[in-house]
Parts: sequence; C-alpha cells; structure tokens
Amino acid sequence: MDLELQTALDEFSVIAVWSAITLYVLAFVAFAYDLSQRASLAPAKQRGTVLVGAATGAAPAPPAPEPAEPSLRVPASERSRRYWARLAIAFTGLGFVLHLAATITRGVAAERVPWANMYEFALIGTLLIIAVYLAAVRWFDLRFLGVFIAGMVVFFLGGSAMSFYVEVTPLMDPLKSIWLIIHVFVASLATALFAIAAGLSTMQLLRARRERLQAQGEGSVEQGRGYLRTLPNSDALETLAYRFAILGFIFWTFTLIAGAIWANESWGRYWGFDVKEVWTFVIWVLYAGYIHARATRGWRGTKSAWLSLTGFAAVLFNFTIVNLFFKGLHAYSGIS
Amino acid sequence: MSSSRSERDTLPARPSDHVDSVEGSVPESGLGWRGWLRWAWRQLTNMRTALLLLLMAVAAIPGSLFPQRQADPNGVVQYYDDNPELAPVLDNFQLFDVYGSAWFSAIYLLLFVSLIGCIIPRIKHHAKALRSPAPKTPARLQRMAAHSSHELQLVEGRTPDADIEQAITIAAAELRRRGYRTARYDDATTWSVSAERGHLRETGNLVFHSALVGVLVTVLFSSGLNYTGDRVIVAGTTFVNAESAYSSFAPGRFFDRDSLTPYAMTLDGFDVEYVEPGRPGAGQAGNFAAHLTIREPGSEETRAETVRVNAPITVDGDRIYLLGNGYAPMITIRNAQGDIVYQEPQPFLPQDSAMTSLGVVKVPDGLPEQVGLIGFLYPTQSTLETGASYSVFPDLINPRLTFNVFTGDLGIDDGTPRSVYQLDTESMTQITGGDTGVDSIELTPGDTADLPDGMGTVTFEDLTATEGADEPVKRFVSLQIQRDTGATWVLIFSILATAGLITGLLIPRRRLWVKATLINPVIGDRKVRIEYAGLARGEDPGLERAVTQFSEAHLSAVAEQLPSPLFKKGTP
Ligand code: HEM
Repeated sequence: MDLELQTALDEFSVIAVWSAITLYVLAFVAFAYDLSQRASLAPAKQRGTVLVGAATGAAPAPPAPEPAEPSLRVPASERSRRYWARLAIAFTGLGFVLHLAATITRGVAAERVPWANMYEFALIGTLLIIAVYLAAVRWFDLRFLGVFIAGMVVFFLGGSAMSFYVEVTPLMDPLKSIWLIIHVFVASLATALFAIAAGLSTMQLLRARRERLQAQGEGSVEQGRGYLRTLPNSDALETLAYRFAILGFIFWTFTLIAGAIWANESWGRYWGFDVKEVWTFVIWVLYAGYIHARATRGWRGTKSAWLSLTGFAAVLFNFTIVNLFFKGLHAYSGIS
Repeated sequence: MSSSRSERDTLPARPSDHVDSVEGSVPESGLGWRGWLRWAWRQLTNMRTALLLLLMAVAAIPGSLFPQRQADPNGVVQYYDDNPELAPVLDNFQLFDVYGSAWFSAIYLLLFVSLIGCIIPRIKHHAKALRSPAPKTPARLQRMAAHSSHELQLVEGRTPDADIEQAITIAAAELRRRGYRTARYDDATTWSVSAERGHLRETGNLVFHSALVGVLVTVLFSSGLNYTGDRVIVAGTTFVNAESAYSSFAPGRFFDRDSLTPYAMTLDGFDVEYVEPGRPGAGQAGNFAAHLTIREPGSEETRAETVRVNAPITVDGDRIYLLGNGYAPMITIRNAQGDIVYQEPQPFLPQDSAMTSLGVVKVPDGLPEQVGLIGFLYPTQSTLETGASYSVFPDLINPRLTFNVFTGDLGIDDGTPRSVYQLDTESMTQITGGDTGVDSIELTPGDTADLPDGMGTVTFEDLTATEGADEPVKRFVSLQIQRDTGATWVLIFSILATAGLITGLLIPRRRLWVKATLINPVIGDRKVRIEYAGLARGEDPGLERAVTQFSEAHLSAVAEQLPSPLFKKGTP
C-alpha cells in the first residue's frame, strides 16, 4: 500500500481511538452517576419491591427486604427506566462504533488482522469486552456493571494508546499464519468473557458482604454503598458470573490448543513451557479450579468468587507484565 | 441453579465433597488395614480437586520466573553467572527444571491418580444410568426447584380415568418429542410420566476428563521415543541425516539411534525479503524460504521442497523446520608460500536485527602456529562516532568483514569437541585489534590482507567474481529436524477434550415430571390436579423456563386433543 495512504488511515484510526476513549469516559461518568442515584433513591420500580425508610433517611430504618431476584434475565421493557443508565449505554454504544471503526481502519492500513502487537491486542481485546458487554445487556440487566467495564476499558485502551502505540509495520514471519487470526481472536474473546465474569464476581463479593452484615442485623448497612441494595442478590450474581466464566473457559481451552498447534507449525514443538505458554496454562488451571470449587461444598459462594477474580488477575498479568517484562519466544509486543 | 437437596442421594459417583453429594465420614476405629486402605483410596479420589488444581497452577509459576533448562539453557548459564550464590540453591529445589521436577510431577500425578480414581466409578455408574429408565416420580413434586400446579374441573357424568390417562400420554409423547426419555408410573388415583434428558452432559464431562488422561499418557510415553536436532546448512552444501552430522542432537530416553533414515538434503538457495529503508519497520526480514533438494535412500529420484516459517516439511516421518538464517562468507587463508591452508564458507551467527554477525575461523595446520580468527561481518557497514563499526541494514549493501587474530593453542588437539562458533582464547595470544596496538584486519569482498608476522594472507572472497554468484557472500540456514510420535494423538485427545467440555458444560441435564391426581372429595366437584416439576442436575439456568413452557404447551395440547369439554379450567 502507498505509504501516504497507510499513514492517513492510521492517523484516522488513532483519532477514532481517542474519540472512543472520550466516549467511554463519559459512559463511565454516567454509569457512576447512575449508581450514586441508585444509592440515594428508593428504587420504586424495582419490580414491586418497596424499600421502607431509605429515601427519607429518617430514623434508624428497619432492615429493608432486599430485592432478591432469582435471575438477572430481565427483558428491556421491564427494566427500570433510569435516565443516566440509558445515557451511559448510549455513550458506550457510540464509543463502540468509533472503536470498531478504529480497529478496522488499523487493519486496512496494515493489510492484515489488527491484532499483531501490544497496542493492537489492547485495541481488539477492549473492543471485544465492550461488544460482549453490549450483547449481554440485551439479555441481562447488567447496567450496574457499566462502571466496572467502562472503567477497565478506559484504563487499558487509554494506557495502551499512550504507552504502547506503534506505527503499522509488516508482520514478522512467525506471525504470518492463519493461527494468528484464530488464536489471538479467540484469546481476546475469552478475555472479554472473563472480564464480565470478574465484574460480576466483584459485585457478588460486595453484595454478599452486605447480605452477611444484614443477616447480623447491623444497622450501618443502610448507609454507604447504598447502590448495593438495588443489585440482584449474590446467588444470582454468582450464577451469571459462572455462566460467563464457563464460556470464557471453553474459548480459553480453544486458545490453548490453537496456540499449541501454531507453536508446532512455527517452533517445531507444540508445547515447550515458554513463559507465555506457562501463563496460559496457569490461567486454564485456575479457571478449572474455579469450576471445581463451584461444585465443591463449602467453596461455592464467596470463595469461588475470589477464584474467579484470581483467574482474571492472571489473565491481566499475562497480558501486561508477561508481555512486557518476561523473556520468551512470544516477543510480539512490538515494544522495545 | 443447584439441584434440590432431596435428590442428593441419587447422585453417587460424585466426590464426597461435591455440592450435590452426601457428606462422607471418617472410618470408625477398628476397621483393620483393609478398611483404612479403602478409606485412604477414597480420600485420594475424593480429594478436593479444586485445591489440587490451584496447587498445580501455583506450582507452574516458578517456571516462568526462572530460566528453564529445557526451554532456555543459556538463560540458566547466565543465571549462574549473575547469581553464583543463589543459583545452586535454586537448582537444589529443581527450580531450573520445574516441569520435570519431583514436586511438580508429584502434584500432577496425584491429580491424575485422583482423576482416574474418580472417572472409573463415574463411567460405570453412567453406563448403568444410560440403560435404566427414568426414575420413579417423587411423591411430593412441590419440593422440586421448579414446580407448578393446575386444577381442572371434571365434567360430570363421565369416567375420568381414561381421559386423565390420555392427558398423561400426550405429555409423554410431547416430552419424547423434546428429546426426553420417559417412563410411566400410574396407580389408582395418580398418573404420571417421569422424563429425563441430557445424559450427554455427563458423557461430555467423562469424555473431557478421560481425554485429559489421554493427553498426559501420550505425552509421557511418546516423549521418550522422539528426537530433535539442529543443523546448519550453507547454500550449495548437503546434509546427510546422521547423528554425527547434527550440531545439536537431543534424543528421548528410548530413542533408537539406528532408526535415523539417512536422507540427504541440499540447500539450493535461500530467499529473504527486507523492508526497504524509509518505510516503517525498515530492515525487517521476512518471507524466508529455504529451497531444498531431498534424496531419500533407496531412490534415485530427488524432489524439491521449500521450507518456510510456519510451514515445515515432512521427510520420512521427520518434520523439518526453518529456524534461522545468516551469512557464510567464503574465507581463504594462505601461508607465506601462497598455499591454501584454509578455504571454507564459514557460517557467522547473527547478533542483531541488522545481521551484524559473529564468526570464528580456526586454522590448526599449515601456518607456523595454530591461528584463530574472531570475525565480525557487517552486511551494510557504517561507522559510529567512536570509530566502531556497526551494521545499519541486514542486506548485503556494503559488506565488510573485520578480524582479530589469535595465535597459540586452539585446544582441539586432545580431541575435546569444540563449537565451531566459539574460540577458546584462554591459551592464545591476541595479535591484532583490542589492546595489541595493531589494527584489526578489515576486508571488503575480494580483498586480501596480510596476517601479522608474515604468516600469510587472509582473503574475503567475492563470490560474484569467483563463482558468478548473485551475491558476494553465501547464505546459510539453520534447520530443526525432529520426530514427534505423539503429536497427532495429543491433538486427537485435545479435540475430544474440547468437544467433551462443550457438551459437558452447556447441555442441560434435567428431569421433568407431569403428574395428574384425581381428587374425589366426599362433597363437592371432582377435580384433577395436574402438576409439572423440574429438577436440574448441575448448572441449569433454563430450568424454570423449560418447565413453564412445557406446562403451557401441554395444557393447550390437552385442550386441543381431548374432546371438550372434558376438563374445564378451574382455579389454579
Ligand atoms: C486434571 C485435572 C482436572 C481438570 C483440568 C478438570 C477440569 C474440569 C472441568 C473444566 C470441569 C467442567 C467441565 C465439564 O463439566 O465437563 C470439570 C467438572 C468436573 N470434574 Fe474435573 N477436572 C480435573 C480433575 C478432576 C478430578 C480429579 C475429579 C474427581 C475427583 C473431577 C471431577 C469433576 C466433576 C464431578 C465435575 C462436574 C462438576 C459439576 O457437577 O459441576 N475432576 N472438571
């Protein structure tokens, strides 16, 4: 491709990325504002659950019944109509469109899939997080998760755009493979699913703590973190987190196998305990541990939620620290 | 949703700490050694799998923190140099061989013994479950996770039994259509169908776990039969597959050394493209292609093959990979009389992305003393402000070769094998370059320079002149040649594992019951109560929806198919 055209496309891509980041920041603010509103307002339309005393803040309120929802599966028409949450979703959707445009133009400029170095991994990874989130919101009322998702995406996309940006360069030979397309894409998809699961597990932990305190009859529960009151109960959060985690786990298993096949084509062995392989394996085993913990008496609930978060911490570690600081064969960050 | 506690006892062959199982107990004293043995075995197979998995995850991490002998042997040597105190301590804990270490092996073997002990009874149990009919309808359906109940008025003046029976038959047919296996359980006043689906979930789970065992067993048994070797081939030369011809050779423990096929490979040429200067990524090399001519024993025919990165070739069951490439300048050394004492294209190992390459020439005989030369090849030479040379581009635009000359003992006379890429200068004296005060020898292709002390001359041949070649310097490739007997099986087991995982995680396994009870009060109307109930086995978020959907479908099917008005909808 003509160098000027390439540069122009890449410049457009960068502008689109920063515009997307701006929109995600706005979405983050709107999501956060929505949460704070949930905290101060009695959610009158929370499917028939009426909270007593919370709105007025008068006198020590009696422990209000929590809106225990069996499932988060709420059709859009039945959701509470909160202005800020809807605005936040709109910002996120618009950000996604720009983000997608940025990713596609980057790919066109590079004449290959836009996921071949750190900057591009972040681009596609966060794009898929938003995509999975927006898709999930169609079925489940996950608007309370928006702060977590938007915040994380702003952090990683913004951080990568600032620190990891590299101009378009041709692919190195080992990367010229159909497996680049499959392996990296599936890994990013798994990461996106794990991210949603981690968000839900976080909320589960917060919510479970509140439920514990409430069971102990502590009055202070009504103050602070009031938005937790409006969340589904911790069981429902856990169940949904698990469902995202197992989908992520299936894709991660596929990532592992696709990586091994690629390694066998490229390096002449399918498994060699290269650092990146080690961490992919560690993540896989951690999530297998999580799935088993969910099936083990005494481990379901809070303990398994911590495992889900540990797994996701390992995913993030694998993407950041291992890519940047560990010495191995996977030297594809494009950062020197 | 988790299943109801009342059904726990119908889920045997689960670890005792499974959420759906009955709590186990410690053996009473006085069991005798057999009892204790059985108890120990049960503990092992019921071990908290989650904990063992976490342990394995944690145990795998040190292998990414410390260099591993298997993946990065030079890194280990480097680590020893950098941390002479710490390294032997770490080595004692096998931290440079984590994945072959006693402790790591102990963990995964424990896990797999536990796994095997777990899946065998589960397979037995599952085989039986597959053949047995759906279990008896529980007496009290309202205890199930999903339950709904409808009461229908019966129209006076008919014997209702046949109609009720018919309604349940419709339910059974409808359930079978939806993939359930059904069994009827009727008595005097109740008629019911018990239905079950999703045995595939447990099948998938068992396939998954068994396939993991398959992967491990294949890896453990096949690795001993394999071998891997590296070999450098300079353009125009031929390699014959024999152990002695490898520059490094790593056979498995049970590898049969006589099983190497002596095929011959000639490197006809090597292609590489570089990104032009001025473009992003300038100097990056790519589209490597090594063109080989291969002759297998017992055949006069040769065939041409091209090895590329990501595209190995197969010769006689061995896979051949392109690992690296570089320059092999043709160097001629003559003695004072002008006789050739050395003439070879010597591979120089690339040191950076601009292909600054390091090579060694050893002349054991023919000169007054043994002579060693350490050379740098700069494909496109440029000079730093300090006067030092470096290469700015990996292609041969301005090739330059420099040599430092050493005399003394090359250390090869006693037969110790020495790398052709390293010069042991311990018992040698440097006579050019460095602190010697004599300039290093510097050559462009075609140049000849004098060696110090009138020993002779060294020539950097220009092959475009001497051989009519395209380039002044030859290229070499390094190939990895290997046999891997287990890879295909590992792949097959991995695919099985994935398929098992998907079915095992995503297919819902549930039971559904439809029960009709005739209510025949002494006073008042006779009614029939129809109940629908569902029970999940394992995670099943769709259970409630499935039960509701089915009850609606069934009620309207009954309304349609039975001559009306036999039932009238009453109070639910
Ligand atoms: C090599 C180590 C193991 C790994 C990586 C592993 C992984 C997994 C995974 C991913 C699942 C969920 C997938 C499915 O349901 O098909 C699972 C489920 C299960 N595993 Fe394992 N497993 C291992 C060892 C074991 C062992 C040793 C046992 C028995 C003691 C066991 C018993 C089970 C059971 C009962 C389930 C079903 C859980 C449920 O009902 O939700 N696994 N395992």
